Amino acid sequence: MGTLLRIGWINLKRDRVAQALTFLLPIVFFSIFASVFGNQGEDRTPRIRVAVVDEDGTDFSRRVVEGLKKETGLRVRTTTPPEANAPALDRASAERIVRSGDVPVAVIIPRGLGAAFSEQGFGGDGPRVQVLADPSDPIAPNVVQGLMQKVVMTAAPDLLMAGGMKQFEKYGGGLTAEQRKAVAQWLPMLKASAGGGSGGGAGPMGVGVDVVDVMRTDNRRGSLISFYAAGIGVMFLLFSAVGGAGAALLEEAESGTLDRLLSTNIGMRGLLAGKWVLLALIGIAQLTVMFLWGWLVYSLPLFSHLPGFFVMTMVTASAAAALGLVLATLARSRAQLSGFSTILILTMSALGGSMFPRFLMSESMQQVGLLTFNAWALDGYLKVFWRNAALWQLWPQVLVLSVLAGVFMTLARLLARRWETA
Amino acid sequence: MSVLSVVNARKSFGAVKALDGVSLDLREGELLALLGPNGAGKTTLIRAIAARLRLDAGEIRVFGRIADGRRTPPELGIVPQEIALYPQLTARENLDAFGRLHGLSGADLARQVAWALETTGLGDRAGEPVQQFSGGMRRRLNIACGVLHRPRIVLLDEPTVGVDPQSRDRIYDVLAGLARQGVSLLLTTHHLEEAEARCSRTVIIDHGKVIAAGTLGELVEQTVGRYRLVTLRLDGAASDAAAAEITRGARTIETDPADPRLLRARMRDVAIELPPLLDRVRQAGRSVDDVEVRGPSLQSVFIHLTGRELRE
Repeated sequence: MGTLLRIGWINLKRDRVAQALTFLLPIVFFSIFASVFGNQGEDRTPRIRVAVVDEDGTDFSRRVVEGLKKETGLRVRTTTPPEANAPALDRASAERIVRSGDVPVAVIIPRGLGAAFSEQGFGGDGPRVQVLADPSDPIAPNVVQGLMQKVVMTAAPDLLMAGGMKQFEKYGGGLTAEQRKAVAQWLPMLKASAGGGSGGGAGPMGVGVDVVDVMRTDNRRGSLISFYAAGIGVMFLLFSAVGGAGAALLEEAESGTLDRLLSTNIGMRGLLAGKWVLLALIGIAQLTVMFLWGWLVYSLPLFSHLPGFFVMTMVTASAAAALGLVLATLARSRAQLSGFSTILILTMSALGGSMFPRFLMSESMQQVGLLTFNAWALDGYLKVFWRNAALWQLWPQVLVLSVLAGVFMTLARLLARRWETA
Repeated sequence: MSVLSVVNARKSFGAVKALDGVSLDLREGELLALLGPNGAGKTTLIRAIAARLRLDAGEIRVFGRIADGRRTPPELGIVPQEIALYPQLTARENLDAFGRLHGLSGADLARQVAWALETTGLGDRAGEPVQQFSGGMRRRLNIACGVLHRPRIVLLDEPTVGVDPQSRDRIYDVLAGLARQGVSLLLTTHHLEEAEARCSRTVIIDHGKVIAAGTLGELVEQTVGRYRLVTLRLDGAASDAAAAEITRGARTIETDPADPRLLRARMRDVAIELPPLLDRVRQAGRSVDDVEVRGPSLQSVFIHLTGRELRE
């Protein structure tokens, strides 16, 4: 018993990789998840990005917009590009930026809302506020809807009151001159208190708000499934690329076939290129099988998005294969490769959104996520399957992943020199 | 004619001098054994010739041309010490793959694969994955993959390590067949018997230096001379007095310190020198259980040169 413990202890003590996997990996993961889900640091409350379109242009609507801007939980933009002096958003451009994923929600304050309010107060059958939403973020539309109610109550209590009094007079009989005077004195006080405090008095009344799904996805569930297929698919693509590259280079170096290959006509460059193409093809097949399964079992809309799927799959698999080769050329042994790559891949997958959608993370974590391979790949798949983006709209993802593939291959070529003439 | 020349090759790994000025020539159609103990520098030299390792100094000429050390010269076929095969591929698939990588194709490739399967005796197992093969079969296939493209020079690093005597014979038959076709072969080994029995010349290397080179006859002449080693086993240990009596006047006779029943003598002419020795044994009150007479061998050459036996 004692001898077994001693042998085990010596083995662990001398195996750095095992130590890292045993002690370092859990800590790394704990920290990542604490950051992602615990919203550590300055970014304590993730702010929801919301576009606001004021079609009404009344005093009331302007006060609502101002009220929304004051909400700490929101980051409001009212212009097409976020700059202050850019042209104001209209309904079409707001819908466009929701659909493109720039913001998860847009609020449209329709023409006539202010007038209806001052005439009817609450409960009238005037125009209704529309919240244009991308339902891939299930939280933002509800938060915005709730805050809308609060802001309306707190931003223009005087107008509401005035509208309410008119309704009262209409159905409850006229006010006396004295009552009218008292109300007239009270309304400016109400206006003065607007926008302050925590918005009490919401009561059972509220502004009419409709949430509109602007993604117009005919198969919402299937499209969401595509996100998870891509998330998990990309993570395992990385694992299999690293495993395959390890087998391709480290195993061949150990068995002597690498030496033999290098003594033939192909040379290191040809060898790496061959391995890269092979790994990329395997990756493409792997992702294709995954999405086909999604289509078969979960009605993932694969065939209506084939071109985008193929473009993303090709660049993603190529870049993953190149990353696998870099890691394999970097590692001195297969144990080192598997330890190091497990840490790297799980970290990138957590930060890059393979485990938890990035758009639900805080903004700073979303920015950090862009440093990972997964984020670019997943953004691309999201564009294809969720946003129905045209092929050309994938250019940032395709560009970044292609450049990454090139950089990785160059690095792998440089690192592979150690197997050439010593 | 020399097809491969190594001139004053030097290579150090840190403080260790793996090659310390090695020079040798490989002649056309010969089977040259590079003999030496583990760590003598044999594999380093093979790797340097194959351009898998860059020399610190010295040069390598292949057919008179100085090798640049970056690419394996096209005339070379390499058979590494490891079983450098793909275990999940069949024998035929391995041969096909390495043949293609060496530039063979079409009917030529098919012909060479058939030749390799025939020569290595693996024809009836051609469709089986290599992982199901015995050690000897893998070794043979390992060699076949290195010579498939008809190289004019073949370097073999320990081609018979870990195989049984039958497989070893078969491997040497293959190599002898290649040599008859004019292929020049350089192989490393630490099996003295192999080098002695199957190779045309031997280069002995130790501590990164060539310490002797030549045919067995030349090496024997250069070192131990044309002596026979005679070993007598007595019926019991000879007393000091008896031993003194037996070895009297003969400087070339000695007792084995580990086994006092054994007597060893070096004799230039056994017919003349052995009978008097047997007489002296009898006179000392002992009789002889066994007599062994051995001709000069690489073993004795090696011991003479290095002061130690060659062991695996």
